[in-house]
Amino acid sequence: MATITVERKPLSFLERTYIPNVVAGLTTTFKRMIKPTETLQYPEQRPAIPTGYRGVPTLVNDPHGREKCVSCQLCEFVCPPKAIRITPGEIANDDPNAHVEKRPKAFEIDMLRCIYCGLCQEVCPEEAIFLQNQYSMTGYTRAEMVNDKDRLYELGGTLPDQHYKWDKKKSAAEAASHGGHH
Amino acid sequence: MFDFYFDLPLWFRLVLQGTIVILVLFPLAAACSMAERKISAWIQGRPGPNRTIPPFLAWIPGINIIRNLGLFQLAADGGKFTFKEDPVPGNVNKFYFILAPILAMIPALSTISFVPFGAYFKTLADGTRELTPIILANTDVGLLAVFAVSSLGVYALILAGWASNSKYPFLGGVRASAQLISYELSMTLSILPIFLWINAPGGEGTLSLFNVVQTQSQAGFLGGMWYIFLMPVSALVFLVALFAETNRQPFDMPESESDLVGGFHTEYGAFKWSLFFVAEYAHMIVGSGIFCLLFLGGWNPLPWVSLADLVNFGAGFLPIIAAPLVMGLLAITLFLLKVGFFIFFFMWVRWTLPRFRYDQVMNLGWKKLLPLSIANLIFYAVAIAVKDLYFPNL
Repeated sequence: MATITVERKPLSFLERTYIPNVVAGLTTTFKRMIKPTETLQYPEQRPAIPTGYRGVPTLVNDPHGREKCVSCQLCEFVCPPKAIRITPGEIANDDPNAHVEKRPKAFEIDMLRCIYCGLCQEVCPEEAIFLQNQYSMTGYTRAEMVNDKDRLYELGGTLPDQHYKWDKKKSAAEAASHGGHH
Repeated sequence: MFDFYFDLPLWFRLVLQGTIVILVLFPLAAACSMAERKISAWIQGRPGPNRTIPPFLAWIPGINIIRNLGLFQLAADGGKFTFKEDPVPGNVNKFYFILAPILAMIPALSTISFVPFGAYFKTLADGTRELTPIILANTDVGLLAVFAVSSLGVYALILAGWASNSKYPFLGGVRASAQLISYELSMTLSILPIFLWINAPGGEGTLSLFNVVQTQSQAGFLGGMWYIFLMPVSALVFLVALFAETNRQPFDMPESESDLVGGFHTEYGAFKWSLFFVAEYAHMIVGSGIFCLLFLGGWNPLPWVSLADLVNFGAGFLPIIAAPLVMGLLAITLFLLKVGFFIFFFMWVRWTLPRFRYDQVMNLGWKKLLPLSIANLIFYAVAIAVKDLYFPNL
């Protein structure tokens, strides 16, 4: 491989006194000093969260106020650090959501174990669990760091739904029982 | 109005004056640490410490200005340094280990007694007015005493390094002694031209800093000229040597945290550590003060405009300006402004230039600055001789 010899220019007298370079450096730092600071004053100012951000995993309701989770436990099985613990529960027959398969009796995510990988969101067939924008989880005890079902729904809120899968299933079943095409 | 003060016994007045000066200098030196943090923050694009506030003061409107300047943080730091546990490591030489920070403070606070920081018109018995310096000890040895006492400060560093009984402080102490001795030579040689210029041959000589300012406040082109214009090379050499003498970056060899952990104060903590730092900042304040007196006309507001001119001009509109108290405060303010600029300059340079390597420091001191200051001395000796011989009335 060819070697390129770079000619090093000898320093001029002024350069060897350091003075012009020191002055240039001082100018740079002074200009930097009078510029506005870059700091985000954190608790008062919050950073803009980019789309697709993976924050704390949460459970969501659909726009009709139905909890979307049917406690199929896929997220519990896929969770790499085993942070999710679900206790499935039946839905009473007189419940307006009785047509839905199941609901979780208890749903706990241990945020000391969670690694924010998002596999639970990816695996969920009901689009019930989402990693949303919440990025700050703090607590004084281990127990405080376990999000229970109420807390998960409080964090998750309501997200829009495109399918209303269970409502469609119900109306299809009703149509069939009334002697429809199916 | 203040006659009762001059009826007090002399020793009492001296103790009072000294205490007041120290009570101003000590917090000023401590405040420099906050100034350093703020300036470093601004240069790095950060706001710096701006959060601390005692909750019971938060209701006062406008107090956020003080809070944003970090002054409460300064008070919190001071309180912490005073009250936190002050351990002495097991293998140190206890007596010298504790003596070192005290020895650092003594020269740092005592040099200020030879530095005039203002002047006022004193009305003599015959009705004429005389410009009198505001100074603790107006001696003829002036600058010599400052150099003699401030160079004692290096003993504190050597002692701290040696008494710590640990390799990094030891290396820091060795570097401190080598560096301070090297740069003292060029520092002293660089200011000799000023005193050649001031002291006419055959006359009574003086090293008084007040006289240096007086010779920069005369009438005429040369009389009113600040010495930084007359002797720029002297000023440059003195400034560089000042950086080295006060252990400031780029010359902070004794500390140099990247290769020596913390240098001479590695083993120190809490109050003793803070004493070293207040001493360093006090050295900076006194050093900047001496630079301003020697090269920047002391308390004179502008080159060719002396304090006396300003006060005589101002007294035409507002006679109170010529009152000793007002004029003294004006002079001290002007002087402190210049000193404050230099403190800022010290910090500005710190965040601009990287630290020199040890051999570079030695090269610069012995091979560049020392020959330069000697050549400078010879040049001005010849020039002043020529002027005195051929142009005595210039």
